Amino acid sequence: MLSTDDDILNRAESWRRDGKGVAIATVVETWGSAPRPVGSHLVIDEEGNFLGSVSGGCVEGAVVTEAMDVIESGGSRMLEFGVADETAWRVGLSCGGRIKVLVEKVS
Amino acid sequence: MDLSLLSAMNAERTARRATVLVTNPSTGAQRLVKEADVGADPLADLLRDRLRTGRSGMAETPEGELFLTVQVPPVRILVTGAVHISQALAPMAKILGFDVIVVDPRTAFATPERFPDVALHAEWPDVVIPTLGIDRYTAFVALTHDPKIDDPGLRMALASDCFYVGALGSRKTHGKRVERLAEAGFTPEQIGRIKAPIGLNIGAISPAEIALSILGEITAALRLDPATGAKRTAA
Repeated sequence: MLSTDDDILNRAESWRRDGKGVAIATVVETWGSAPRPVGSHLVIDEEGNFLGSVSGGCVEGAVVTEAMDVIESGGSRMLEFGVADETAWRVGLSCGGRIKVLVEKVS
Repeated sequence: MDLSLLSAMNAERTARRATVLVTNPSTGAQRLVKEADVGADPLADLLRDRLRTGRSGMAETPEGELFLTVQVPPVRILVTGAVHISQALAPMAKILGFDVIVVDPRTAFATPERFPDVALHAEWPDVVIPTLGIDRYTAFVALTHDPKIDDPGLRMALASDCFYVGALGSRKTHGKRVERLAEAGFTPEQIGRIKAPIGLNIGAISPAEIALSILGEITAALRLDPATGAKRTAA
């Protein structure tokens, strides 16, 4: 079943209550054409399981990797993604937009 | 984010109350402001404005640059009529992230077998709807054709600030409905809120197609600005 905003944040809570390391990623700013609106969430556990989305699937992989780091290190960090060919070593958005994503650990 | 904040946010959402999570991205400081407590917050005006539009986003404030996560209650579709269309509408609405409640006093219709995993009330609408409440995040859909069942719900919906009211029925059925509501004291403007014939005109024939057209119309009511017809900025 497709997950709704309700399921996403509830899942983050239940993962944490189960003793798992959890991070929440939130789209905080978008420029140009961005696939998911500001306020969209992706939640990630320490094993890399995730629910929700911050883009149309373009940068979720990178966000999950960063989130697993944040779960390890604690705190929060801001990620920024632009078009795919902007930086060859990094994933990006093929739609040409830019997004800023806040990743924070649930502590 | 602190687990206690996350769990308070989830609890408010379940209780259908709006919240704003205020995050300072540079310091990581966060606080959760419940709808009822907005007035006492130093950012009261800004938060009230965000709650009204339902829009999350960055904001320049005296406290610095903050990110506001606005959480409004999930859209709820209140349906009278445990009919064939409702059977299709309930699972489709769930995928869209809408909560569905079906009310029908006819116990042969309102059975858990016909409506697995749906909040179902085999009671009269005038008894049960007041206990459920119709808020501005609610869409009311009348699907029985039976005035005894649909009309009480319609009267409550028209008296509320719900964002959508739709009623199934031919133009003739609707004409009689309009007369009854006018007799009950509703103004033409209030009655004009009712979408009838219900649903977007997509040539729907089957119950599932009609459910799709209703859900399309509800989504449009949610996402389009009625004055301009343009898309509202995302919530």
